[in-house]
Amino acid sequence: MDLPVWQALYTELAPRNFVVITVAMDAGGAADAGPWIEPAAPTHPSLIDAHHHVAELYDWVNVPSIAWIDEEGRIVRPNDPGFAGEFFRGMMEPDFDFQAMLAEHQRHQERYLGAVRDWVERGPACPYALTPEQVRERLAGLNPDHARAAAYFRLGTFLQQHGRGDAAQAAFAQAKALRPESWNYKRQAWHLEEVGKSGGPEFWAEVKALGNRPYYPRSEL
Amino acid sequence: MTHTTITLLTEDALVSLSAQVSGDDLWVSAPELTRILGWTLTRDGFCRGSLCIPIPPGREAEFARSDGSVNLAALARQRGQALVHDDSATVWALDASTAARSAARTSLEAPDFTLPDLSGRMHSLHEHRGKKVLLASWASW
Repeated sequence: MDLPVWQALYTELAPRNFVVITVAMDAGGAADAGPWIEPAAPTHPSLIDAHHHVAELYDWVNVPSIAWIDEEGRIVRPNDPGFAGEFFRGMMEPDFDFQAMLAEHQRHQERYLGAVRDWVERGPACPYALTPEQVRERLAGLNPDHARAAAYFRLGTFLQQHGRGDAAQAAFAQAKALRPESWNYKRQAWHLEEVGKSGGPEFWAEVKALGNRPYYPRSEL
Repeated sequence: MTHTTITLLTEDALVSLSAQVSGDDLWVSAPELTRILGWTLTRDGFCRGSLCIPIPPGREAEFARSDGSVNLAALARQRGQALVHDDSATVWALDASTAARSAARTSLEAPDFTLPDLSGRMHSLHEHRGKKVLLASWASW
């Protein structure tokens, strides 16, 4: 879990006019997110988003998803997966090298945090702070199916929170059908159905079904 | 058609209202529409502030009835906003991002939001204007 990394980055860079805001996409609210937040003892805003509203607003389909926002409140990077990578996908193979995965993860993390430090230092001169044209290219257009998917997902989280689990799953099924590429919809729905299912056989079967397609959008950092 | 009480998740609130449900259409009284979403039916169509959504000529019956009720679903469709409901049609949800995302594509301004932390204290993105912000999602699952 990345919360301690984000908290450390915030502690380091807060004096440079920088803030980290972390948002838990958790329909289970504080009951689900709290056990991770408490030990991280965040002093940055560490928020809980029970309806995945931020993912909807920023058109994010997976966690982690990250946006960089400048001092004027403008997006300069709309959506990247931070230091998450594809290496976890071999984890169920018998000869999987965990040490190599951890080393790869460490490299990704150092590179990503270095890019954030460069942006905090140099602002628009940082090569990872995109131009308005580049940001617009990366912001997907409005899609009516995706809007319906988002509405069904909100409906599902509401129904779940009001004790209507079966009706919630029916709404999640609609959201997933309208936007099958959303891992947030799939994994949140699995988790609400049964704790552990979001990382169970169904998840791994869907990861395998990706074939050569990426799990995360390309970060190119 | 009988009135039933339904729950509507609007862009930023949860409201209970009296409505007539007909398939995917949702008829409410005109004052109710104004109360919950701010839209008022005028000669120029549905208006909120300076923005008006005209009713296409010849399709008036989809939007308004002589008994004073208006079709919230037709207004949403005309705005390009999704509106969905559960199987029993007692809970309805509007998508909460179409307007904000459309605006962000033009201005590149980061859409604002307000959410609680673990202690229940509310935080908004706009409170951090003047600083660089790294906004990161994660999940327990």
